[in-house]
Amino acid sequence: MTLLAVERIKLFTTRSPWWCALITLVLTIGFAALIVGNANEAEGVPATVASTQFGYSFGMAVIMVLAALSVTTEYRFGTIRTTFQAVPNRTAALLAKTGVVAALALVIGELSAFGSLGVGMLLKPNADLALNSSADWINVAGVGVIYALAAVIAVAVGTLIRHSAGAIALLMIYALAVESLIRLIPSIGEDIYKWLPFNVADKFITGNGASNMGRSAGEGAPMSTAVLGQGWALAYFAGFALVLLVLAISTAKKRDA
Amino acid sequence: MIEAAGLTKRYGRTLAVNDLSFSVEPGQVTGFLGPNGAGKSTTMRMILGLDNPTSGQVRIGGRHYRELKHPLRTVGALLDAKWVHPNRSARSHLLWMAKSNKIPVRRVDEVLDIVGLTAVAGKRAGGFSLGMSQRLGIAAALLGDPQVLLFDEPVNGLDPEGILWIRKFMHRLADEGRTVFVSSHLLSEMALTASNLVVIGKGKLISQSSTKDFVSRAAENTVKVRSPQLGELRAALIGASATVADSDGGLLVSGMDSDKIGELAAAAGLVLHELSPQQGSLEQAFMQITGDSVEYHTELEAQARQVLAPSAN
Repeated sequence: MTLLAVERIKLFTTRSPWWCALITLVLTIGFAALIVGNANEAEGVPATVASTQFGYSFGMAVIMVLAALSVTTEYRFGTIRTTFQAVPNRTAALLAKTGVVAALALVIGELSAFGSLGVGMLLKPNADLALNSSADWINVAGVGVIYALAAVIAVAVGTLIRHSAGAIALLMIYALAVESLIRLIPSIGEDIYKWLPFNVADKFITGNGASNMGRSAGEGAPMSTAVLGQGWALAYFAGFALVLLVLAISTAKKRDA
Repeated sequence: MIEAAGLTKRYGRTLAVNDLSFSVEPGQVTGFLGPNGAGKSTTMRMILGLDNPTSGQVRIGGRHYRELKHPLRTVGALLDAKWVHPNRSARSHLLWMAKSNKIPVRRVDEVLDIVGLTAVAGKRAGGFSLGMSQRLGIAAALLGDPQVLLFDEPVNGLDPEGILWIRKFMHRLADEGRTVFVSSHLLSEMALTASNLVVIGKGKLISQSSTKDFVSRAAENTVKVRSPQLGELRAALIGASATVADSDGGLLVSGMDSDKIGELAAAAGLVLHELSPQQGSLEQAFMQITGDSVEYHTELEAQARQVLAPSAN
């Protein structure tokens, strides 16, 4: 508990987490307003629960920046050494940091998801945006969970790479570009893509489209091509995050600080 | 106390610290002296468990750093004053450190007061001058009221007032019975601060002794004498098997201390106008002893000559 309090103090006594949190909320809720605002029931494109969550992946990118910075700035400014000096058990120190950052990501994720839903309800009071199935619930409440796991991935990558620019570039390029570019590989691209972690995470959020009234991509949130069920998709993404975290911590333990 | 035994650190093909063994006793300031790049900082990082020794070990009060329960309460260290997040306030910086070792919050305000940073405690540390950063680093080191204190080049870049403050401060810590281990590349500074010296060069131990011994061993002590009866004095000194050399208007005597020379002159009824012991430059002495263990020294000299050459024309 002590270590969690330490990491909480460290995280909230700098400015970047506050900025990142604010940007995440503005981005996701802003996108929700755009998408829902453009939805038109008469043309057969009603606002759906899924369409309010259209911008979650952009928010996730910002969350990963926040999480990566939480550890790379420690390397940048040498406070990681002070940390390890105060807490020589590096596993405990890094786990505490990961925990606090993931918890913050969860909170921001839920705020942004329900905020997006709320904006949708305000803009289209007549649309069916009630959460009346588990698919609807996961599509909204699941965003925080995915943000938390994405934060774990970013902390792990930040710990491994140690440089802010490098870690953030890698995370952004991978999450926003590499996965979808792999689809372009002839014949096997799509099959590989089905198993790439952020695509699988998207599967957990969007499921098989129930929350989107079965509409296809382009008319709201695009659907994931991953073949896992929602529960397994979450487990897969969590497993990916965990493997990276174990790798990062074992590396940090061996390395000179 | 700190005990290093066979401490070795290798980076690729460079041996940064080579089979280093020494001990640092409580109740006095021990200087850790060596030219830049001699391996002082690496050694300090190994003491703190930040870097893993390639071989050998270092213990604090018989235990490895990583075995200490709340390490900040046993060992306080200032390795680099800039190891602070620039956007975090001085107080917040100390606050998280205190929290991590279950040190009461009021201690944060106490140490801020000790180093005189109370007025700027809420300001972001990134805006601090070097002197203020150094004080913050010392506050952090003192946070857990530790018995062992490590300072790496604490006076580097400080103004004379700051240097004096730190020097007095270390003496006070040692007088309280703490183990104080402070590194520097300046022998003149260490001669004033430390009562014991661990001297290293190129990662190897050169000597461990009291500062007095090291300085007297290092500097050849001579005595300058002036007298209206110089010729007779010279004969008397040579007769007493001292070595004598001429020096503007007087004699430079070595191999005999000033007491002896005075007595000798009195016995011979010679008038002395000056009798002053000369201490060789400490830096010179230090260079002499660490001599060939200075890693970059020849290149530096050559570079300096290159730089200076055009301006001489």
